[in-house]
Amino acid sequence: MHIPDGFLDTKTWVSAMGISSASVGYGIKKLKQEFDYKKIPLMGVIAAFIFAAQMINFPVAGGTSGHLIGALLAAAIMGPFSAMIIMSTILIIQCFIFLDGGVTALGANILNMGIIATWGGYCIYRLLDKENALHPFALFVGAWVSVVISALAASIELAVSGTIPFSVVIPAMLFWHAIIGIGEGIITVFVISYVKKVKPEMLENGGNGNGEV
Amino acid sequence: MEKFNSIVVGLLIALIIGVFLSPFASSFPDGLERVAEDKGFIKSAVDSGFPSLIADYTFPGVENEKLATSLAGFIGVIVTFVAAIAVGKAVARKESR
Repeated sequence: MHIPDGFLDTKTWVSAMGISSASVGYGIKKLKQEFDYKKIPLMGVIAAFIFAAQMINFPVAGGTSGHLIGALLAAAIMGPFSAMIIMSTILIIQCFIFLDGGVTALGANILNMGIIATWGGYCIYRLLDKENALHPFALFVGAWVSVVISALAASIELAVSGTIPFSVVIPAMLFWHAIIGIGEGIITVFVISYVKKVKPEMLENGGNGNGEV
Repeated sequence: MEKFNSIVVGLLIALIIGVFLSPFASSFPDGLERVAEDKGFIKSAVDSGFPSLIADYTFPGVENEKLATSLAGFIGVIVTFVAAIAVGKAVARKESR
């Protein structure tokens, strides 16, 4: 769902850049109060894994593909503030090294896939799983919502930019991403179940895991 | 030692996906590209003109397409790992060191 340059007008990408910068800045401030040094290697591994998984487009239907975003995966393991920073790091690398996502659209891509996907997915996950116990159903629904809400945000940015009317872009984007979100849910549940099985201490407090790796 | 092992295993899994699975990824348009094609605004996309090292996950100068993607995946996984560690070090709570 990486928006290229040219899809967003100046007011939209500048606004998105501003909201993203403020959110990431707030996230960094929060992490400086609570992020433990021993979680650093895990942050590296999760970021590397999400980058790799994002390269794997899976076919969905009718000649369309999707790939993992990974925002809820990161948020469920590391917490939402870390997840915002992990996703932003990945999106910056994809933008400047791989030209995946436009340079002017970087703020919007961070907003959609790093901030809105993270918080939208995480809120739903915690609503369904109040103990933060990494319950598969809650993870699946949270992951699905993270993709769909991210697609909704992208649609709004495209429409506000005057690229395409709201009434056209919203149903089309939601249709495809409702399907792609199923893949997101399956991968998120599979990966967390695997980690839970082989390395449960890493996740012993759910999303508040101690990060022992 | 155990800590070291888990990090190495995790990184190896990421590398296996990025290097060996990535050449077989679907080349169908993703959700946004599909909508942009169907609704006729794909032409709005412009090249940022930003000088990139590995545009579109294809390592330059490598004729074999699958190998070019694998190399891009390898570099991307390592760069992301190192960058996230550096970011983690920059944001971690100082007293927790």
